[in-house]
This record gives sequence, C-alpha cells and structure tokens, in this order.
Amino acid sequence: MALPRLLRAGERLPPARLTPRSVPAAAPRLCSSSAAPAPAPAPAQPRAAEEELLAEPLARPDFFSVKELFSLKDLFDARVHLGHKKGCRHRFMEPYIFGCRLDQDIIDLDQTMEHLQLALNFTAHIAYRKGIILFVSRKRQFCHLVESTARGCGEYAHTRYWQGGLLTNAHIQFGAGVRLPDLIIFLSSLNNVFEPHVAIRDAAKMNIPTVGVVDTNCNPCLITYPIPGNDDSPSAMELYCKLFRMTIIRAKDKRRHSEAVHELRRKAGGN
Amino acid sequence: MAATVGRVLRLGGPWSAAAPGGPRAQVLRLIYTTKAVQRKNVGASGPEKYTEEFIKKQIEEFNLGKRHLANMMGEDPETFTQEDIDRAIAYLFPSGLFDKRARPMMKHPTEIFPEQRKIQWGEDGRPFHFLFYTGKQAYYSLMHDTYEKLLNVQKYEDELTAQEIPSQKEKKNLAGSRWLTKIELEEMLLEKLSDNDYSRFIQLLQKLMTLPCGNIEEKYIQKFTREVPVQLQKVVIEPLKYDERGVAFSTGEGARKTARATAVVYDNGSGKVTVNGRDVLHYFPVLQDREQLLFPFQFLDRVGKHDMVCTVSGGGRSAQAGAIRLASAKALRSFVTEKEVEFMRQAGLLTYDPRVKERKKPGQEGARRKFTWKKR
Repeated sequence: MALPRLLRAGERLPPARLTPRSVPAAAPRLCSSSAAPAPAPAPAQPRAAEEELLAEPLARPDFFSVKELFSLKDLFDARVHLGHKKGCRHRFMEPYIFGCRLDQDIIDLDQTMEHLQLALNFTAHIAYRKGIILFVSRKRQFCHLVESTARGCGEYAHTRYWQGGLLTNAHIQFGAGVRLPDLIIFLSSLNNVFEPHVAIRDAAKMNIPTVGVVDTNCNPCLITYPIPGNDDSPSAMELYCKLFRMTIIRAKDKRRHSEAVHELRRKAGGN
Repeated sequence: MAATVGRVLRLGGPWSAAAPGGPRAQVLRLIYTTKAVQRKNVGASGPEKYTEEFIKKQIEEFNLGKRHLANMMGEDPETFTQEDIDRAIAYLFPSGLFDKRARPMMKHPTEIFPEQRKIQWGEDGRPFHFLFYTGKQAYYSLMHDTYEKLLNVQKYEDELTAQEIPSQKEKKNLAGSRWLTKIELEEMLLEKLSDNDYSRFIQLLQKLMTLPCGNIEEKYIQKFTREVPVQLQKVVIEPLKYDERGVAFSTGEGARKTARATAVVYDNGSGKVTVNGRDVLHYFPVLQDREQLLFPFQFLDRVGKHDMVCTVSGGGRSAQAGAIRLASAKALRSFVTEKEVEFMRQAGLLTYDPRVKERKKPGQEGARRKFTWKKR
C-alpha cells in the first residue's frame, strides 16, 4: 500500500531538491551544475546562511505542527467521510473506503487523517521554500471560494477552463523565462465531464508534485499526495480551503521569522 | 533526425547535513532529449516582452531627448508638445519613404511598447497576478470580481429578509444605456476575448442587475454601460413666419438626383408659381413637370390658395420638378395639422427619393446591360 511508503518518507532523503522550475530560453533543458565553472567564492557565506534556513524545517518531523490544525471530529462534522454511491466507486479507491452504508461509500477517516497530515506538511515545506502553489478545481460551486483562498494566501489559482498547453507548452503560451508552479493542489480532481483533470497528467509529465482531494469516483494514481475525502459538500471544501490557507500562511510566517532571526544573528556576528 | 542525446542531470545542492544519515546525496536523473527539441523556437514564443524597469528607463530617456531636441530647435523645452517633436524630427531627418510607419519617429514609450507586452512576473519568477496561470488573467479576474458583487447582493438580500424589511424594487431606466461592446471590453482589459467569454460576462452583469437589490452595485455596473444618444423621434416642424406685408410664409428645401431646390410658400395667394424668376409655364413647358409641382397642393386641397417662389439648380427637368415638389411639401407642413402631415408622409410626399444613376461597371456595357453573348 502507498501509505507506509509515504509515512517513511521522512527517513530517506527525498529525491528532488526544489529548484525554481524555470524554462530558460536558450539554455539546455536542465543544467548540469557540477560540469559548469564553479561559482565565485564571494557568495559562499550567504549560501551557507541560505542552506541553514532551508535545513531548519527538516530538523523535526512535524516542524509546522500541522497535526494541531484539525481533528477527526472536525473532519466528521464537515462531512469529509461521505463518498458517492457504490456504482460510482473507482477501483483504486477501494483501499481508502471504510465501508458502504445503504449503497453510499464511507471513506476511512483514519487514513484521511494521515494523508492530510502528510499533504499539509508537504505544502508547508513548499511554502517555506517560497515555491509557487497553484490551486486547481473545476467545481463551479466552489470556484469563487478557491480563488479567494488562493488570493488570501498570496498563491495562485486556476478554476477555469484548462487550456491544453498551459504546463507543457508554457514557454510559448506565457513567454520565455516563465516559472511553472512548484506544487499543484487539486481541491477536486475531476473536471466537468467527470474525467480526471488534465493537469494531473501534465504535472506528472513536468515533474511537478501534486496534492489532491480524491473522492470515491476519482483516480488517485498519478497524484503524489492524495487525500481521500469528500469534494462535493460545501462544508468539506471550506474545511480544506481553511486548512490549506492556514498551513501556507503559517509556513510563510515561519520563513519570515527565520529570515529575520538569521539577519539579526548576522548583524550581531558582524558587530 | 539528430541522434538521441542522453543528458544526465546531476541534482547536487544543499541537501542538508541535518537530515539523518546524510552525506551529500547526489541523484542522477536520465533525461532523453534531442537537439531539435532543445533548439529555441524563435517564432513561436510571440513578440518580445518588456519589463517595467525597461519601460521606465525608456520614458526617462524620452523626456531627456525631448528637452535636447527643443534646445536644438531653439524652442522652449517646457512647452514642447508632441506635434513640435514630430515637426522637428521630420525637419532633421527628411525621409522619402512612402509608409509613414517606416519614417523616423520619436513618440512616448507607452505608444511604442504596448501595455500587453510587459512581463507579468517579478525577479524571483513569481507572477504578479493571482490568476496568471489561467492565461486570461484580466478577464477571469473581472468575472471573479463581478461574481463577488453578486454574492454581496445576495447576502444583503438575505440580511434584509432576516430583518423582515421589504425590499424596495426600484427599476433603473435602461432606455438610454447599452452594454460595452466586445471590442470596447477588449480595449479595457488589454486582452483578446472570445465571443463566448464576452456573452458570459454580459449574462453575469444582467443577472446582477435583475436581482431586487442590484441597485447597491450600480456604480460597478455603470463602468460597463455606455450612454446611447436618444434619437429624435419627431422632426421639428418650423412655425410660420410673417413678412412685411403680414403674409404668412414658410420655406422648404428639397433635392432629387443632382437637383437642389428651395421653395417659399406664401399664404393668401392665388396659385401663382415662380421658378428662378420665370413663370412656371415658361420654365416647365411639359405638363408632367407642372403636375408634379401641383401634387402637394392638390393632396391638401389647397390648389389656388398659396403662392410659391422657388429657386432650383442642377439636374434635368424631371429632377428639378421632383426637387421642387419635395421642397414645397416640406414648406406646407407648417400650414397644416399634424394628422395631415402624417397623411403626406404616408403618401410619400415628404420622403427624399434616394434613386441616383447607377454607375457603369467594367466588362458590361452599362450598369446592368451586359455585352451581347456570342456562343462562339
């Protein structure tokens, strides 16, 4: 099962360091850093400071204390456990389903708790490292809510018609030198015709990690951090938006706080 | 085409020593690309984009250059307008090129570097607008704001019903206003729109307006309406004028084909008609033309009651007759009741005849007549 692998993720070194995912115009697609001439020794000190800043959240498992943000009761009250009918069930969602009552699937909230913690923790780390986060949802009722959430965090949203080459053809559609999102959060992973959203596949193609709320009729395969839960009730969506907004703001505040502390330390060390 | 080149990526970097078990890890990731893919597609990326600092610098340089130019021309730098600049440049750099856009020009940078081509993200790569990744940020942000207004109105209505205050239904008068056209909206947003987008936006605005308490957001809606000048429904009929003798008279103008005529119709007359200083029998020997002149008076049963003095020029005899007929009918409107004016209009006395000679086309003998068709 995926979950034990994800839970042990903190023990191993994560495979990719987050580099700004820019597509430089003339340079080859991905640069080979060690082959290039070594950078001048002058920025060595700020580099060390930056490394320390980035290393700080990795000290403890739950550095951003995302576990405090929600409890199982909150999830239950927000009706996150309610899935679709038995006939709509996706085969790959069966491990996440607790049971079926009067033909309606009930999602296992214990698993949801763990997945949600992992996802929020990951989001917080990305936000700490000043990554670009894109909220995607194709549910018309929650379009405004998602956009407002994104605006409130200072991140980006896309709840409209997805033009085909947005991620894969970005340097032509937006211009050379555009920076792609470093994380895509799906608050509903289906589009208006109940098919998996194109962005899931495109993000996988472009090596962009994804976090997604998967309902019982969704395909959790390509999503890096799936969160089994209800994506149709307003209360559930408001809960997710609130949680993501709080984590991102918390992570950004921590970053600013750390930068300020480092700055003070540097000045004190200089004096 | 070119042989597949395997590129080996080395993601080194500051993965920290703080992580447990951590010597510096380097991960190799194999990416297969070809030379063709890596080559930059120059044409496809669209026109070059400009940063905001670049535009600012250009504006400073322009202002400085304007003062230099004024000094060079011996004019006052403070009052040197754009027209003066154009004249100075045309004088200093005379050019015989036909296309005006190819000639040397010195214009304000905002005219040369269009607004759309500014780069939309900052130095760290983060876009400025939160809807940047949708592609149509201005349009979708407009839809977002309008929907927010809609939600506000609904909330206000709910509050009113909760307090059991009856909502006032004031209907705004829509007669003099129209929605923005698609082109005007595109200019406002600086973005291309599709017809579907435009109609969606107008539907949302209409929905906002039709809500009972939509009047709170009137200011916002007014940004997207334009005044329509109310067309004059009624043609103003001039009142009668009186000359020195105390006789009522009225003037009218008429035209037909190339003929232009003015007619002055006097009351208390005997049916005498003077055209260009000559008597009508002299000027129009043909009965048909005189009948045309008679028609308005005959229609109103005022055959022997008015005198008329006309001047006419241009056209042929029939055209001049028609022109005078229209002029006299227009003059007679002042003598007559509104109902009779309506009858005149329905009779076609007051309508300008738009028929003119159709031009001859090449490949044909006349306007419509083709050359004789020969089978072989």
